[in-house]
Amino acid sequence: MAERLAVKKTYKLYVGGKFPRSESGRSYEVADAKGKFLANAAWASRKDARDAVVAARKAVPGWAGATAYNRGQVLYRVAEVMEGRHSQFVDEVAAGEGLTRAKATALVDESIDRWVWYAGWADKIAQVVGSSNPVAGPYFDFSVPEPTGVVAVLAPQRSSLLGLVSVLAPVIVGGNTAVLTASADRPLPAITLSEVLATSDVPGGVVNILTGTLADTAPILAAHMDVNAVDLAGTAGDAELARSLELAAADNLKRVVRAPEAEPDWIAEPGLERITAYLETKTVWHPVGI
Amino acid sequence: MLDDARLSDIASSEASLRRFLHGLPGVDQTGAEARAATLATRSIKTTAKQYAIDLAISMIDLTTLEGQDTPGKVRALCAKALRPDPSDRTVPRVAAVCVYPDLVATAVEALGGAGRTVKVASVATGFPSGRTSRAVKETDTREAVAAGADEVDMVIDRGAFLAGRYGAVFDEIVAVKQAAGDAHLKVILETGELATYDNVRRASWLAMLAGGDFIKTSTGKVAPAATLPVTLVMLEAVRDFREATGRQVGVKPAGGIRTTKDAVKYLVLVNETAGDDWLDPDWFRLGASSLLNDLLMQRQKLATGRYAGPDYFTLD
Repeated sequence: MAERLAVKKTYKLYVGGKFPRSESGRSYEVADAKGKFLANAAWASRKDARDAVVAARKAVPGWAGATAYNRGQVLYRVAEVMEGRHSQFVDEVAAGEGLTRAKATALVDESIDRWVWYAGWADKIAQVVGSSNPVAGPYFDFSVPEPTGVVAVLAPQRSSLLGLVSVLAPVIVGGNTAVLTASADRPLPAITLSEVLATSDVPGGVVNILTGTLADTAPILAAHMDVNAVDLAGTAGDAELARSLELAAADNLKRVVRAPEAEPDWIAEPGLERITAYLETKTVWHPVGI
Repeated sequence: MLDDARLSDIASSEASLRRFLHGLPGVDQTGAEARAATLATRSIKTTAKQYAIDLAISMIDLTTLEGQDTPGKVRALCAKALRPDPSDRTVPRVAAVCVYPDLVATAVEALGGAGRTVKVASVATGFPSGRTSRAVKETDTREAVAAGADEVDMVIDRGAFLAGRYGAVFDEIVAVKQAAGDAHLKVILETGELATYDNVRRASWLAMLAGGDFIKTSTGKVAPAATLPVTLVMLEAVRDFREATGRQVGVKPAGGIRTTKDAVKYLVLVNETAGDDWLDPDWFRLGASSLLNDLLMQRQKLATGRYAGPDYFTLD
């Protein structure tokens, strides 16, 4: 029997629920930790970033307007589909991060568990961070968390799946939509996650995933006036880039989640900070009826 | 060459009108669509784009034609027409504001009365369907002009046109033109209901023969509204009409033009089909409402280098 030819993959972007090629037509080679060719990935340009923001903005009313319970169900379904892709994620994490299968398996397990953990918060976060406020008058006074809108997420450069899940899930669980730039050297788990998202119930445009270098897309996203918040996690270790992005983000008073000086291993229990970072508090006064 | 004697001969009877309109060469549908698609691929960048954006802004008929229009909405629209971007004085004014007849007086007042630089256009003649009697259409037109409208956008009787009663359509346009007096008459063909490009060409010639100052694609209430191939056919008609009679007629695509990219495609089409004589707000208009904000956002992007967001522009 003849030897089977390898099926080499050329991946595309994930924008608005579709998989378009980069507008620039460029792609780049993704190698494993030892420098061996893995696949070709699309090299997103600034126009791809612009298109992704348009798609994300379009998806805001539907996603922010869905009931918290419904968002939780949709996100849990994502975890189910991730579970079905378990071995593919293990292969990609092991190759990209240079880990043993056992270590990669533990990371993938933790990633899926973390997604489920965040999914559970969808209909609980309002009880924890919202409040009923005592006021000096015959009014009910409630403070409720609301999504801020479109969030640009620069995913961690080293932790290609656990880090990715840890920055993406808290954005969308609160009702925001995301434009995410994947780790430049280790984009394959993010690409597979986009295939997971496309085949689960997440509406198109809620998550948009760009691959390529931060230099091409991050400054555009940070300066974009129609982006409401930016997570700089992917700039950990590059203080200069982080500083320039913070300056660009100041123009429209974006919420900025700063990057730590060095990237953590993301194993620690996350807490609610990343969810609440993208929520705004709305307080309503309502007269007490007779 | 169509001289006055030949023109009045054509208009003399239903039969001669039909003979003339059906004698026009047919439109090559595939060719028109391919030509429009090819022109739409032109890349307009940097300084040319800046020029195109400002030109497009100055050609806009800023339109609100909803049952829910209020005087307040019209005043807000007029404020926007005068100063599209309050944060940037270099943005040109739009060409006109387009409203229903009952709101013309409000628009005239909001735009500064007699000395206004932004014109007021009013739809009339039973817009959008045009299914009223001749008397009602003429009254509708006279009232709009009496209220101060500088331009009247009339709809043709598509039912009569499609039934082949060209004489009725012709007479109606002549009557409305007379009722409109000095006001510019734009004739809406509603190309989405005309079914073929041949009909678009015939309706264009019919409107021009009857004395229309502008031919306009659509009411915006019927899909498809303005498309590139339809506008191409109309631009060819005004070009050929000027060649034959010496009279220049304007073109106004309206409806469905929402992005800067769309607007620039139309400008390219004008330049390549009718010529740059038409690249002027006196001879080419864009009927639109949401297009203006997109043009302003693109303008700001060129000026600042960062993408703009709709939160920073007025609603209309």
